[in-house]
Amino acid sequence: MAAENMRGAKGRSFWTHVVLISLSLFALAPFAWMVLASLKPLSEVESVNPVPTEWRWDNYAKVFEQVPFARYYFNSVFVAAWVTVLVVLTSAMAGYAFARLRWPGRDLLFRAYLGTMMIPGLVTMIPNYSLMVNMKLLDSFQGLVIPAAFSAFGTFMLRQFMMSVHPALDEAAEIDGARPWQIFWDIVMPLCKPGLATLAIFTFMGSYGSFFWPLIMVKSEHLRTLPIGMLFFDTVYGRQTNLLMAASVMNVIPLVALFVAGQKFFVRGILLGGVKG
Amino acid sequence: MKKLNPKERRNLMIGLSFLLPNLVGFLLFTLGPVAFSFGASFTNWDLTGIEPLQYIGIDNFANMFSDSQFWLYFVNTLYFLIGLPLAIFGSLGAALLLHQKVKGQVVYRTLLYLPSVTSGVAVMILWKALYNPDWGAVNQILESVARAFGHPEFRGPSWLLSTQNALALGVEKVGVVPNQWGIGAREALIFMGLWGAIGGGNTLLYLAALGNVPQELTEAAEMDGASRFRIFRNVTWPQLAPTTFFIIVMGFIGGLQGGFEQARVMTLGGPAGTTTTLAYYIYNKAFVEYQMGYACAVSLVLFGLIFAVTLVNWKFGNKEVSY
Repeated sequence: MAAENMRGAKGRSFWTHVVLISLSLFALAPFAWMVLASLKPLSEVESVNPVPTEWRWDNYAKVFEQVPFARYYFNSVFVAAWVTVLVVLTSAMAGYAFARLRWPGRDLLFRAYLGTMMIPGLVTMIPNYSLMVNMKLLDSFQGLVIPAAFSAFGTFMLRQFMMSVHPALDEAAEIDGARPWQIFWDIVMPLCKPGLATLAIFTFMGSYGSFFWPLIMVKSEHLRTLPIGMLFFDTVYGRQTNLLMAASVMNVIPLVALFVAGQKFFVRGILLGGVKG
Repeated sequence: MKKLNPKERRNLMIGLSFLLPNLVGFLLFTLGPVAFSFGASFTNWDLTGIEPLQYIGIDNFANMFSDSQFWLYFVNTLYFLIGLPLAIFGSLGAALLLHQKVKGQVVYRTLLYLPSVTSGVAVMILWKALYNPDWGAVNQILESVARAFGHPEFRGPSWLLSTQNALALGVEKVGVVPNQWGIGAREALIFMGLWGAIGGGNTLLYLAALGNVPQELTEAAEMDGASRFRIFRNVTWPQLAPTTFFIIVMGFIGGLQGGFEQARVMTLGGPAGTTTTLAYYIYNKAFVEYQMGYACAVSLVLFGLIFAVTLVNWKFGNKEVSY
């Protein structure tokens, strides 16, 4: 009986591996095709054989010759870095006000914040575009960064995180006469590093991939971020699939690296977002 | 409002000063715009400036009602929600597999998560190539499988170029047209969505929820000799109900506003408008045709839909969760 059970468990584990390996192959196959296609000469792009007969590593250099790809990279990282710093800072301050400070009207205002998390970006997009036009920020870095620098979701997430950190330390500091800003910056913020890192990684990735807003904001070539640059590349040089795939590989690599490096924070972030407060 | 004593007033000032940067951004870029959108939807606001700005009452909403394009794109938007139950089953399946404490669980989890972390324009350009009917990898695979089974004449679907669809919906007007039955651009986008969703955030949510199912419950059922399927059906699945509910609500909210990127990058809403969702319609009305007032009105209808779905789901979901 026991031996039979063991065999049953082993057999099950074998099939679990088979299915998981198949699923992993399904997840990875498009990436494999992308990398192989990025190394093909142009003449083989429409060949049914996915493996290049000649490996053209210089396709990657050619991308930089045909479009200002370095510029796209820089713009994406520059905008995403600014957005991330500002979102984390404004969300942490607001989260602190909602989680750690006691003031009249706090809970009512927090509920109002929660309610706005479901407002679709499509509703605010047109008025925000018009606002940017009126503020003369259309087609500028500021126009890409500022409207993205505030997040109700980030506020919610960091509030939840700050509520879970024990308040003894800041109460002690308050008794010692520390100013509110000192308590926030010197005591609460260091304790919340994992939560801040989680929000930072999500915000960075979101901004790096963001498409709709840059699409309507950017008119000049030198302001194009990667997604906008990729779209332009696809529209103008769409038949050069090998170069397009090389550009896509370069677009995706930072995301994969960031994900692998920050996986711990990633998983936490998804669960924080999924646990309703 | 009652009068505040000095200590309360001081606390209020401190609280508000921490909230201030976020609050200003929130009023300027969220609440203000919603109010503005509401006002603008009752005007003929038009960026081309041909006609002077005018209050036109509910004309935009009335026009929407008789706008056949609006209804077609509304149906398209709903069509893409077909992917939601498939994504839920796929995510749950992946989570159940990962939950068996197999060797290399972290490696599998990481690999399965990769598609959802890399979604975006680059990956959509990749799928556009994969779906090429003549040399794309998808049809290569389908046709070689058909060859292996002795059907060398088989040709894969035209994917992004085809208006055919699994529900045989017609092209010009809302309704069923038998010769439209097949596989086309809509299925292509749904399948790509599944590739991106399975193994992603929903799998992580299910994995965490599976970790929270009390072991006493499953062990007790096992002692009673229940089959694995029955344990899943009667013990695990009800325990996962709150997670499933959350995923459905988020899926609806996301799905109703979705489809913009795919349409803009992969299909330009075509062929023949079959992949144009309300989000892409709003974009086109606002930033291609410059009919801002009308676009605002459509976006508010979408907002209303999302709001209604949330409310209905809350009511229905609460019943489902309590047992």
